[in-house]
Amino acid sequence: MESSISIRDLDLRFGSVEVLQGLNLDIGVGEFLVLLGSSGCGKSTLLNCIAGLLDVSDGQIHIGGKNVTWAEPSERGIGMVFQSYALYPQMTVEGNLSFGLKNAKMSKAEISQRVARAAEILQIEPLLKRKPAALSGGQRQRVAIGRALVRDAEVFLFDEPLSNLDAKLRADLRVEIKKLHSRLGNTMVYVTHDQVEAMTLADRIAIMKGGQIMQLASPNEIYNRPKNLYVAEFIGSPSMNFIHGELKGGDFVADGLSIPMTGYEFADSSEKEGKAIIGLRPEHIATGDNLASAVSRTKAKVSLVEPMGSDTIIYASVGSHPIHIRMDGQATVKPGDEVEIGFQPARANLFDPSTENRL
Amino acid sequence: MSADRPNQLFRNMNAKVAAIPMIVTALFVFVGGTAWTIVYSFTKSGLLPRMKWVGLDQYERLWGTKRWLIAIENLAIYGLCMLVLVFVIGFILAALIDQKIRFENTIRTVILYPYAMSFVVTGLVWQWILNPEFGIQNIVRGIGWESFTFDPLYTPEIAIFGVLIAGLWQGSGLVMVLMLAGLRGIDHEVWKAARIDGIPAWKTYIFIVIPMMRPVFITTLVLVVTGIVKVFDLIVAQTGGGPGIATEVPAKYVYDMMFRNNNLGQGFAASTMMLVTVALIVIPWAILEFGGKRSND
Repeated sequence: MESSISIRDLDLRFGSVEVLQGLNLDIGVGEFLVLLGSSGCGKSTLLNCIAGLLDVSDGQIHIGGKNVTWAEPSERGIGMVFQSYALYPQMTVEGNLSFGLKNAKMSKAEISQRVARAAEILQIEPLLKRKPAALSGGQRQRVAIGRALVRDAEVFLFDEPLSNLDAKLRADLRVEIKKLHSRLGNTMVYVTHDQVEAMTLADRIAIMKGGQIMQLASPNEIYNRPKNLYVAEFIGSPSMNFIHGELKGGDFVADGLSIPMTGYEFADSSEKEGKAIIGLRPEHIATGDNLASAVSRTKAKVSLVEPMGSDTIIYASVGSHPIHIRMDGQATVKPGDEVEIGFQPARANLFDPSTENRL
Repeated sequence: MSADRPNQLFRNMNAKVAAIPMIVTALFVFVGGTAWTIVYSFTKSGLLPRMKWVGLDQYERLWGTKRWLIAIENLAIYGLCMLVLVFVIGFILAALIDQKIRFENTIRTVILYPYAMSFVVTGLVWQWILNPEFGIQNIVRGIGWESFTFDPLYTPEIAIFGVLIAGLWQGSGLVMVLMLAGLRGIDHEVWKAARIDGIPAWKTYIFIVIPMMRPVFITTLVLVVTGIVKVFDLIVAQTGGGPGIATEVPAKYVYDMMFRNNNLGQGFAASTMMLVTVALIVIPWAILEFGGKRSND
């Protein structure tokens, strides 16, 4: 895969604080990469390094085959969209889109052509003469995207662009960003702490923690085969159930629970023994009609029910283990009921409690 | 119990009671005092106010007095230079301090410190610094430049600029602190966006940041302008209005007329002219700023 952005051994220190350490990352041409992590994990810092807004301490950054480690942000062929929109408040939308181009001494005809194209793509033509204060949050963010668009950049950087919007708008604009990506085919790097955005938008997700990439893989891979306990816990809402126990002769055994692990793909295809943590997604615990496909069955006592319409989350206990299970939205369950549940070993995850890595 | 609507007069009683002293002060001292002054400016009051009507005589005399005309001219020169320079210097200092420098707190304190001083102290200090016998001129001559001359306070044509230097020294710190607060209030993502757009820093300041700081500029403008119009103690301490009447200002004219020359009527007329001047500036601005529709930005 031809790479659009290539990061080599990137280090960033603020005094004695290591924010990024020996980070390597290759982003392919036209790829949509999402940097995902909780706050303080270094994802925005990494994006700012790519943009050139922060000077790196060590390592190199290449964009489009050129070493841009020490290039000015405006010379890197990037466009960037910020969480707070960062529009120039006293200029009209048109002014916002064209200010950078005017400053680069571009011809008037070229500017108006680019502005018109961006306005058409983002459907903000009726807003061109307005000032940002007269726009809604969603419209402002479109203008901010437009400002990146008119730069005709190869690479788009998004720094939590949807975090300031309400839930409905966020969902709408998320779809639009996805459409924009498929229409333009630019490389996009997108920072977020919202896993739904990450899962829906990304070609690949890089999950970061403490300035390092924990796992870099497709959303599907990250969801189904998390590389370690941190990734497993971070992705999925409600989060994965973890039960501490032991692997004995191909079975996972914990207090009052025994699950045969037939069909589970071990990391290096060799069965393990000893202490282990099993990770079960709430939606992979079978109930009702799905029980037929489950290998091992047991009873769970329901303590709390959260109906959410499309599905129902129940909090229950199996033996001494509290678990939560995602059931069908039409399920009629009351606290105190006993429900029959089943496990699907092929969809379970096993982790080593000492290294926290996937077994 | 009837469910009558409570009397509007007694709503928020505590707040209203608490506001009474200020309302009384404002009405009697400010509004009342102003009205009284204006009325008596049309009388022939001397040492004591006397209700002997003379029409516009006091004003005719005022505008025929050289000292008053010089005072007005001085105020115009001092005011204009002060206004422009204090903003330029204050903003540049604030922009420099905003570059994430070391010892920011120390530098900020040092620059703001003159503002904590009385104008009397500032006036005296600068009187000494600008004194040719033992001030800057003496030092430079001591180094070896024998013909060096720098004695603004002793040259009537430029004496007001000697006062201006002292005024700037004292006033720049406050403007800097206010501007710095304004700069800190600018979303740093706007700066990032401007850098991505390839806009040089000075252009970002002029076209993006300063327009965003409009409220801070207006607050600062009000503070600076009131300081300029009422300038009095600085003059008294630094030059006493001299040499001759070269650095007279309206506030000092009013004071001298009222309390030295026992000519209250003339002092009232002069202070009424000051009020008119301020009103001519403030009222159009207030109508522009607050009148009519609320602007949406």
